[in-house]
Amino acid sequence: MSALLTGWTGALAFSVVVLAVAMTCVAYMTWLERKVAARMQNRIGPYEVGFPHGWLQPLADIAKLIVKEDITPRSADKVLYNLAPVLVVAPALIGFAFIPVGQGLAVVDHPYSFLFFTAFASLTLLGIFAAGWSSNNKYALLSALRMVAMAASYEVPMILALLVPALLAGSFQLTALVEAQRGLWFLFYPVVGQLAFGVFFLCALAEGNKSPLDILDAESELIAAYNVEYSGIKFAVFYAGEYAHTLAICGVAATVFLGGYLGPAFLPGFVWLALKCVALFLFILWVRWSLMRLRIDQAIRLNWMVLLPAALLNLLLAAFWVVRT
Amino acid sequence: VSGGAIEVVEREFGELALNMGPQHPSTHGVLRLVLHLKGETVVKAVPMIGYLHRGVEKLSEHLAYDQLAPVYERDDYLAPTANSNAYVLAVERLGGIEVPRRAKWMRAFVSEWQRISSHLVWLGTLGLDLGGALGGGTTLYMYCFREREKILDFLEELTGTRFHTNFNLIGGARYDLDAAMAAKSNRLAEGLEAALPELYAMSGSNPIFVERTQGVGVISKDLAQGVGVTGPSLRASGIAYDVRKAAPYDAYDELSFQIVTREAGDAEARFQVRFEELSVSLLLVREIADGLPAGPIFTRKPLKNPKATKLPKGEVYAAVESPRGELGFHIVSDGSARPYRLKINAPSFKNLQVVPHILPGGLVADVVAILGSLDPVLGDVDR
Repeated sequence: MSALLTGWTGALAFSVVVLAVAMTCVAYMTWLERKVAARMQNRIGPYEVGFPHGWLQPLADIAKLIVKEDITPRSADKVLYNLAPVLVVAPALIGFAFIPVGQGLAVVDHPYSFLFFTAFASLTLLGIFAAGWSSNNKYALLSALRMVAMAASYEVPMILALLVPALLAGSFQLTALVEAQRGLWFLFYPVVGQLAFGVFFLCALAEGNKSPLDILDAESELIAAYNVEYSGIKFAVFYAGEYAHTLAICGVAATVFLGGYLGPAFLPGFVWLALKCVALFLFILWVRWSLMRLRIDQAIRLNWMVLLPAALLNLLLAAFWVVRT
Repeated sequence: VSGGAIEVVEREFGELALNMGPQHPSTHGVLRLVLHLKGETVVKAVPMIGYLHRGVEKLSEHLAYDQLAPVYERDDYLAPTANSNAYVLAVERLGGIEVPRRAKWMRAFVSEWQRISSHLVWLGTLGLDLGGALGGGTTLYMYCFREREKILDFLEELTGTRFHTNFNLIGGARYDLDAAMAAKSNRLAEGLEAALPELYAMSGSNPIFVERTQGVGVISKDLAQGVGVTGPSLRASGIAYDVRKAAPYDAYDELSFQIVTREAGDAEARFQVRFEELSVSLLLVREIADGLPAGPIFTRKPLKNPKATKLPKGEVYAAVESPRGELGFHIVSDGSARPYRLKINAPSFKNLQVVPHILPGGLVADVVAILGSLDPVLGDVDR
């Protein structure tokens, strides 16, 4: 299998397959989210487009958004305005290249793939800021400014929490990180594992704009946040970028905390990875559709007063653990 | 503040002037706020109203007394009967028209059911304001609307209309409650009482909800009295004023119920007052359904001509406690079949006057929390 993937053609074919699967997943995540949210709220959700349970709804949505009018505000910064959706979606999709789907099987299996993943995951925020700034809309600007404050805060404990699995595995290579969990998933390491996962999860909610930390997406305050001026296909690209980012975060969380592709042998590794991603996504949905939103000052206070000290202390504990054993 | 003035604010004061509304998801209809911002902190807030002005008061001068009650039900569109109730009270008071005791109880009955449905809409939309359409807020909203739907179904069975029931007639009530419907009302009230803890778990006892509302938008006693805040928002500032107790109308002098008050005056206190009023109103509808006195609900001669009711020359003011506060009708009569002048004393309008005083100092996120906690209905503000 891995012999097929060497060389340029192999890598190209592999990345095309990963991209296609990822984009399909992203489309069906929107359907899943609408179904789960509907079930939580005594509704049915999408039902009419496709039998059973409106399973063609994502395709209908994409078709609708493609044919909708694409408007560029007259006073917008045209170049940045048109570039922003790409800047959001591209880094999120690049992130999938690093996630191992089987033993030694990742599009890019670099010794520092873990660091690359976190770097690319953070780059989506650049696109969001570009969108908020270039739209020349006050609501979008406020949202972009909030994004800067949130990103500057939540990146720090997120990286610190992600350092714990790297420290426990003694490697920055995601495939090596998974192999190091053959005995015990990092989530189940007493105290350090759960604490690191908890901090990472909260930061992931903030980075992925999910309630209760969807400060920059706060549509009851900022109407539609940074993408308020976008319509049609560009809006769809933003939407896809947001879900791709969430999926990538779920993927990396499953990889570094839940043993990635590891699992009983009756199912192939990538199925286990997919199941873990879906479980994490459902958990995010459960939190998202249950809680109100924090105010920006409260969100940032939570970060600096609780998450950052907890993450630092946890890193120290993990280092102590590694030295002891 | 026109578009030019917004530029002046930004040039002269170095503040960002943000135009919030009339098209905005959290302005409860078509309220427009011009916010002066330093960063995200509100320095000044100028509310602008009138986007839903329908000239109801002027329209009143062209319609006969008997035609008017349904018109006012469209004013405060979350509690229609409260409007027509205040109107018919004013007409009856000026004309000396006798109302049967059973009709008085029935009016209180429908008013309380609509108070509950109105408060449920308020709780749901407060959830939307705090949690957003893509978060837990919608879930609370849906739960509230699920419960409200049962009330609307019940009112439809009772009156034939889900919402604008056109229940109040000058001199009585239009629909009667039989034993089967009374039992149904009691069952519905029981079911709602059981659902309230679920709604409270999603709001009042949720730490994030408390964080967002506690100490936000504090209305002091002095400010509340100075500006004329009314209803639950006034009672949340520690003033136990409720028209149902202060100047009893309908059957409220015969019913036993508590006035809910809080001292803090913040958004959380306003939430708690309204939420507790849900239970109080549920007790009231059960009390009424159980103790409804026998007798007719309408004793006036049936009207052959819709323009038959003529009031003597004079002035009258009558008020009810609508879900938003004291709702009064002031009628000036010149002895004809139409009001010479009619003025509606609208609670949402009075409550909205406090907004420029309590928004400055808060963040943009607090603006929607405060607006949501004040529960304005723009149909009631603009009339």
